[in-house]
Amino acid sequence: MKSFKELILIVLVTLLVGCGYNIMQAKEEAVLAAWGDVEATYQRRADLIPNLVEVVKGYAQHEAATLTAVTEARSKIGTIQAGKELVNSPEALAKFQQAQGQLSGALSRLMVVVERYPDLKANQNFMDLQNQLEGTENRINVARSRYNKSVEEFNVSIRTFPNSMTNSLLLHLARKESFKAEEGAKVAPKIKF
Amino acid sequence: MRALLLILLLLLIPVAGYPLEVPPLSSRVTDLAGMLSATTRQQLETELAAFEQSQSTQIVILTVPSLEGEPVEQFGIKVAEAWRIGRKGINSGVILILSRREHKIRIEVGRGLESRLTDLVSGRIIRNEMAPLLKRGDSDGGIAAGVYAVMAAVKGEYAAAPPQKSEHDEQSALPLFSFFIVALVICVYLGAISRYLSGVGGAILMLFGIGLSPTSVSFVVSAALALVGFVIGFLVPTLFSSGGRGGSGGGPWLGGGFGGGSGGDGGFSGGGGDFGGGGASGDW
Repeated sequence: MKSFKELILIVLVTLLVGCGYNIMQAKEEAVLAAWGDVEATYQRRADLIPNLVEVVKGYAQHEAATLTAVTEARSKIGTIQAGKELVNSPEALAKFQQAQGQLSGALSRLMVVVERYPDLKANQNFMDLQNQLEGTENRINVARSRYNKSVEEFNVSIRTFPNSMTNSLLLHLARKESFKAEEGAKVAPKIKF
Repeated sequence: MRALLLILLLLLIPVAGYPLEVPPLSSRVTDLAGMLSATTRQQLETELAAFEQSQSTQIVILTVPSLEGEPVEQFGIKVAEAWRIGRKGINSGVILILSRREHKIRIEVGRGLESRLTDLVSGRIIRNEMAPLLKRGDSDGGIAAGVYAVMAAVKGEYAAAPPQKSEHDEQSALPLFSFFIVALVICVYLGAISRYLSGVGGAILMLFGIGLSPTSVSFVVSAALALVGFVIGFLVPTLFSSGGRGGSGGGPWLGGGFGGGSGGDGGFSGGGGDFGGGGASGDW
């Protein structure tokens, strides 16, 4: 009788906790949502660049090479495949990350160059753009770390016990890759006034 | 022995990457660096409270003596994630952070206010409104100027709204499921008095449950379900009363569980707003 009671309790508890089916689905959705944020913030940065290049050009004609590097890195991003499919494809994600990393590098070089032009640095337009760029880099950081956190939670959820069985039987969800720290840009390019 | 326990407990504390902890949130103005005079502080508190009433927007101020080497943006988002300023759902919160030693300012903007208080506008507030006064050593004036500029920028974005629903209400996803749990608990309690009482309770509660569910059920089915409710109600106490039931012995494992977030006592808390890293930083 006692063991019978225990059995029923266990069945009840199992029914309540479930097999993790819904949890895994929810966590995958969370990863996708976080990815949406990552893409949006990167897009925001790309949108700022034409204006930035325009303003800098007005003051620093001699820095054509640095400016071209930024413009090229930006146009290259346009050709990179984006979208939610990236989340499930480590190679595409690596490519995306590399292209964005290139743009980060080009931008930080530009910001170093700018230091030589006091007039430009004092320009109200440029200061505003710098603010926006800084803000965007910060958003990118936040979005990336939140994405990584959601990926980690998802990966844990598909690998721990009852879920791992459900996953191999029903869902077949694959492990997702997180962002690695960008090479040469471990810290977001620090833009000094 | 006690020392050993203490050491073991200390080992459990996660090691933070940076030594700077997010201070607890207790009021709208958290002036840890002592940059504000008592009158200014009091005045800002009142005005910010009134602003929240009329605009549904929470603005808070935090000053720290030093950032201990942490970038102000990183500290800012940490504070934002811990305090969750702003109304849940519309994310209308702003945090103004100043660090005395590094002379750093950060305006952290909730997602719902990013269209008004853009990075650009926040940057201008720091550069044009706050920095000049702070440079002169007028920290009262500088902080107040920043607060008023932020208020002006976000005014009108959100109207005064009906009182905020507590987070608890919004999270109770399935009323039927919660009802089931409550019904179970009621049955267990009734069962402590009499099994038959618990059975009757089960039947009545089952009928209530049918009323709650979105589908309509015919009379016969309801009667059958009521019978099922009776049986469940009758059996539930057996499941939960562990062996010897001496009658008095108080209810079963209830007690903890409910009543989590009381924490009233006139304190102040964030409303659950979300931040995405918007805003600007600067120095003076």
